Amino acid sequence: MKKGTKLSKNLIKNLVIWIVDLIILIPLILVLINSLKDKYQSSSMGMDLPTQLHFENFTTVIAQGKLFRSFLNSMLYAGSSVVFGVILASMAAYVLSRNKSKFNKFIYFFIVLGIASPINYVSLTKIMQITHLMNKPIGICLLYTAMQIPFSVFLIYGFISTVPKDLDEAGIIDGCSPLRLFFSIVFPLLTPVAVTVGLLNFMGSWNDFVTPLYYLNSAKNWPMTLAVYNFFGQYQMEWNLVSADIILTSLPVIIIYIIGQKYIISGMTSGSVKG
Amino acid sequence: MTKKQYPFYFVLGALALYLLLFVIPGVMGVYYSFTDWSSYSNDIHFIGLDNFKTIFSSGENYLSYIKNTIGFTIVTSILKTVLGIAFALLLSEGIKGKNFHRAVIFMPAILSMLITGLVFKSILNPSTGLLNETLTKVGLGSLAQQWLTNVKIAFYTIMAVDTWKGMGYIMTIIMAGLQSIPRSYYEAADIDGSNSFEKFRFITLPLLMPSITVTTVLNLIYGLKVFDVVYALTNGGPGYATEVLYTSVFKEFSLGRYGIGTALSSILLLFVVIVGFFAIKLLSREDVEL
Repeated sequence: MKKGTKLSKNLIKNLVIWIVDLIILIPLILVLINSLKDKYQSSSMGMDLPTQLHFENFTTVIAQGKLFRSFLNSMLYAGSSVVFGVILASMAAYVLSRNKSKFNKFIYFFIVLGIASPINYVSLTKIMQITHLMNKPIGICLLYTAMQIPFSVFLIYGFISTVPKDLDEAGIIDGCSPLRLFFSIVFPLLTPVAVTVGLLNFMGSWNDFVTPLYYLNSAKNWPMTLAVYNFFGQYQMEWNLVSADIILTSLPVIIIYIIGQKYIISGMTSGSVKG
Repeated sequence: MTKKQYPFYFVLGALALYLLLFVIPGVMGVYYSFTDWSSYSNDIHFIGLDNFKTIFSSGENYLSYIKNTIGFTIVTSILKTVLGIAFALLLSEGIKGKNFHRAVIFMPAILSMLITGLVFKSILNPSTGLLNETLTKVGLGSLAQQWLTNVKIAFYTIMAVDTWKGMGYIMTIIMAGLQSIPRSYYEAADIDGSNSFEKFRFITLPLLMPSITVTTVLNLIYGLKVFDVVYALTNGGPGYATEVLYTSVFKEFSLGRYGIGTALSSILLLFVVIVGFFAIKLLSREDVEL
């Protein structure tokens, strides 16, 4: 009797969770289905299956939406900021964590405050103009790097205490310079946290559109997300093409999520739980 | 010795970028809040509290943006927390393929809000959208709405879409918190003859408090800074019904009214500082109790 109620309870639980899954997945499935329809069938953006598969939507979008160019832009912004961000943040976190002087503790706290603080985009314009970074790709790369620093320092700082200090001392005795010691001995040991930080920041920068919205006026420098939005403005009536564009833009992030899920979830939760 | 071994120049790169592109604009912004800085003139004059007077005067809409921002923050925080806890509990036992479900529910968190917004705009389209069409098909046509253009409903629609996107992240953090509760507590409660509600009320909930505090802080800070979902779905419309602080900052920026823009941004900063202050207090108290 008791076993029976438990079984039916589990059945209901499974049913509920599958309904939740469905609510999450329907918008994604909808985009996938419609990316394969023709212009007329996709105009209502319904769940009906395509009468014929139109894979050419994807090639059309790549050509018409100039996707290749915006793909390279996104890669440049997200890729370069991740590389710079991880290197700068781990160097900073390493010294701040190893030498916990009063001053360094203050600097750590000061940097970590940036996780919550909102960015003042308006006055940032002034800085961008003074430093001649306005409307330039390098400006976006540097901005993304700067925005990543607080969270990256926070996550890496927590991890560095697990790297034994003996290694540093052994390196010093062997006459390593601090830079050499860090890059040849310590940094390789930070790989797990560096991968987590790198993946999170890559996805964050890839998905961001606010920064280019403020600081890039020329469409040829736009990243993929902004290019999709612009494409939607031009081809509102052709949902098949818009859907194909959406898929191509989201694909890199989804692939990274599927491959690096373990790192991403652990990074996003461990950071907050320990916080 | 440690000074030589751990030189401060390691910190300089990160610190310099952070100061230049994050802290200095923030501090400058507070100063510019008290000026008439705009794109129309090259001169910037100190005008005292005039921008704030404008923002808080009843003749303007700014107060409603502040109200909207706070309303959005509170409602989405509650929704995400309640649903996050509910789904985390649901997944905690008797479910096959737990990791698969978690991965699915978490997935929207990694997608671009601008793109998600486009898809939802289509789904919520009053005449051709999937939602109204489905409602009509199953005989609930009376529930069909002008989801994004009705002044009374649009803001709730935005909150719902935001919850759809953000609840998986909160659920994942709660799941990690659930795992840290020892099984033996529940076994002891079983022996005492407690029912499931009592177990939830007296074991799960109190021991989840640290995780809930963290997710609440995350939700509050995210909510106050919200921009993407509003921009993508309604861009503040219909009228000003769904305008929030960060979208109005962008509008002032586009209009070249930088003074008001920074003043609004400074108000946002103040809110976040208040939340941050209580967060630090709460979190440090939690540590002592555990």
